[in-house]
Amino acid sequence: MADETRPVTSASEHTSGGPSGDRDRSGGGDRRPPRPGGPGGGREGGPGGRKYFRRKKVCKFCVEKIDFIDYKDYRTLGQFVAESGKIVPRRLTGVCTPHQRRLSLAIKQARNIALLPFAGRAL
Amino acid sequence: MNRTYELMFIVRPDMTEEDQDKLISTLESVVTSSGGQMKSVEKMGKRRLAYLVRRFHDGVYILLTLEGSGGLIHELERRLRVSEPVIKFLTVRIDEEQKRLEKIKKIKEARKKASPAPAPAAEAGGETAAVTA
Repeated sequence: MADETRPVTSASEHTSGGPSGDRDRSGGGDRRPPRPGGPGGGREGGPGGRKYFRRKKVCKFCVEKIDFIDYKDYRTLGQFVAESGKIVPRRLTGVCTPHQRRLSLAIKQARNIALLPFAGRAL
Repeated sequence: MNRTYELMFIVRPDMTEEDQDKLISTLESVVTSSGGQMKSVEKMGKRRLAYLVRRFHDGVYILLTLEGSGGLIHELERRLRVSEPVIKFLTVRIDEEQKRLEKIKKIKEARKKASPAPAPAAEAGGETAAVTA
């Protein structure tokens, strides 16, 4: 009975996942249901027979129910900034569109007040 | 028309505590004299800056939450710009964001009241699915 809910979730994940493979940065965290042979999960990787699993990406702000993304919270914002200082695109982090919009605004405000660097690592 | 703002500014790391208090009290008097209201003052302490600002590596962060008009903010920013120890400032309007959050909260509470049982049941179902799969 409970299994009937699974194909729906994995199907939605299939469409949302980019071709980025295992480059998941800070997206899912500890949420990783094991799924052998699911439609979106494990997959045979060509003739080599190598299997690689795609972790389901979920929006951190939706999962933790953070409605307001604060520019002062530079620790959280730092998770969505690359080493170079760039904002990481949501196809890599899995953040949903409304939250990414607010996130990018918050990161830009934090940059303005020297909480986050514009380029490069913090001094 | 009064709005709520957050005014964050950075002062030089070598500024004394008394001078900071003096600066804050002058700003506060500006706020109250133009019909505004200072809601909270928070000294966030000394922190390393993410990049060099006026040849400073560190700065003391101070956060003010206040209510007032746009003209008041204009005056405050002018004062911060001319005051020598302030090296950077940022004003953010937060009343619209607060309104939005309250709206979300209300919707969530209404949803909780309307259906206290189905939501947790569905969650439990999803969990067991993850375990059995």
